[in-house]
Amino acid sequence: MSQLEFEKPVLELEGKIRELKNVSSDDNLNIADEISKMQKKVDKLLKQTYAKLNPAQIVQVARHQDRPHFLDYVEELIEDYTELAGDRYFGDDQALLGGIGRFKGQSCIVIGHEKGSNTESRIKHNFGMARPEGYRKAQRLMAMAEQFNIPVLSFVDTAGAYPGVGAEERGQAEAIAKSIETCLRLHVPIISTIIGEGGSGGAIAIAAADNIYMLEHSIYSVISPEGCASILWRSAEYSKDAATALKLTAKNLKELKLIDGIIKEPLGGAHRNKRKTIENVGDAIEKSIHNLMSMDKDKLIKTRKNKFLAMGRKI
Amino acid sequence: MNWLTEFIRPRIRSIVEQKEVPDNLWKKCPECDGMLFHRDLDENMNVCYHCDYHMKISVKERLELIFDDSNYKEIALPEVAFDPLKFKDKRKYSDRIKDSRNKTGRNDGIVVALGSVGGQNTVIAAFDFAFMGGSMGVAVGEGIVTAAETAVKNDAALIVVPASGGARMQEGMLSLMQMPRTIIAVDMVKDAGLPYIVLLTNPTTGGVSASFAMVGDIHIAEPGTMIGFAGKRVIEETIREKLPEGFQTAEYLKDHGMVDMVVHRKDLHDTISRILNLLMDTNRCCKKSKNGSKKGCSGKVSRSKVKSKNSNKAIIGKAA
Repeated sequence: MSQLEFEKPVLELEGKIRELKNVSSDDNLNIADEISKMQKKVDKLLKQTYAKLNPAQIVQVARHQDRPHFLDYVEELIEDYTELAGDRYFGDDQALLGGIGRFKGQSCIVIGHEKGSNTESRIKHNFGMARPEGYRKAQRLMAMAEQFNIPVLSFVDTAGAYPGVGAEERGQAEAIAKSIETCLRLHVPIISTIIGEGGSGGAIAIAAADNIYMLEHSIYSVISPEGCASILWRSAEYSKDAATALKLTAKNLKELKLIDGIIKEPLGGAHRNKRKTIENVGDAIEKSIHNLMSMDKDKLIKTRKNKFLAMGRKI
Repeated sequence: MNWLTEFIRPRIRSIVEQKEVPDNLWKKCPECDGMLFHRDLDENMNVCYHCDYHMKISVKERLELIFDDSNYKEIALPEVAFDPLKFKDKRKYSDRIKDSRNKTGRNDGIVVALGSVGGQNTVIAAFDFAFMGGSMGVAVGEGIVTAAETAVKNDAALIVVPASGGARMQEGMLSLMQMPRTIIAVDMVKDAGLPYIVLLTNPTTGGVSASFAMVGDIHIAEPGTMIGFAGKRVIEETIREKLPEGFQTAEYLKDHGMVDMVVHRKDLHDTISRILNLLMDTNRCCKKSKNGSKKGCSGKVSRSKVKSKNSNKAIIGKAA
């Protein structure tokens, strides 16, 4: 599961390097030399592989379980993070987390989907698939950002909103709709970053933002390629074709002018270097926040609305 | 004699009648299997007169049903990019659009019209389910934006009538972006102090239910309408158990607080008229004057009302 099929040659080489390192306890110059040669080969191979990933492969990278998740970003980027829980109506959703904290000195509200990092935490966080409580918690936190005049940072990483009986009973559709509306009505800046999977309504609910960024190998789509294939091709086997047809990569969406920027991932994808990935995301947010904070409030909201209204008009 | 009248004559008649009666004179109710005579069904607004099942009606019938005197003017909608992703599954999306255009005679899955309901200026944006299942792509989103702008410009209420499976996959993320876009649109109407009513019709699901359709001032649903975010099959596959009875119906949503009222098709016009009058004609009745005595308002209406009444006449004139 954690191994990507197209990375196999790279993984094999990396395995060999590890073996050599174990052997080379007695300092053997030849081996060290060999290792550095192989490392160069690995880098070259990664560069080649990642330069020509197809959309279906990007989907796999975007879902890679070793990619940094919401809580990794919080830990690296947010000082004094203080989690806030509950929607004040029904419960606390663990798939969509949020709280207050400080980003590079600036107080802010942070919200995001958490997928979990091992079996136990994945179950706890419901694999990042939020229920209405999650979206209502997001609304509450955004309202708080408005009250205290601090920006909102959102991190999107979800396969989609949870499809369940309880979720429907408690108004999943309404919760998402209101969450989008809350984003759009904010008088404070909201910056969204798609860090892994941007799954349909469950993603846009917290991503109707002033600036929308996507990590290089993240995806953002109206429906999962598997879902699309099973409806339009009548078989999930065609998910590769669907991934291409849906135009769900960062590059596609930048070309369609639906996102504002692409954040570079380290060589070989975010799962190879969490720290560097998070640092790049932090840099992008810092630039964005700086620009948006200096904007007049009414102008901010107007610019945001006009940005969305312009989408799809000129392609 | 008996043999002739009881056996031969009915058989002859049945042969003759079969030739005279075209198939489409009778319809079968999909809910109760009851036979429905087309003229009676028409008169009953396509509602089964055995079990009250609300069948689909055309956009034209829908607009005639809601607007006063069935009178309205269709608003031209802006051109949008054709097949922006060059999408192709088993068939080309461009071919699917062309088919739907030929079938419906429309450019895309939404119609916007201006007229009056209960004497109040009203814009209706109605989805056409016959056009690719009423799915929402750029054109439909743009239709709702146009409807909202028209409502604000004419001091009119906005009624959106979804009948849609959700976002149109073949337009990918451009479809998903119609969720925020349509919410921006209906918020323009709300911000102008004008009523925004959603009339949920069968079905309203997916990205359509999770956007403009769930942020109305008032949510009205036709009986039996399927309303929900996730599809039944997806939920069943996720939870691996049978769904409760009546799950995701209009009645179920009313019980769970998401819909204000479930209204029979025959009562829609009157119900919407009453609501719009209550919300737009807010100062019709007697007001207490300063000295405490009641002062009749002699049919005077608020200033904004006078304005809209006047513009109303102009519209009706045009619509005719």
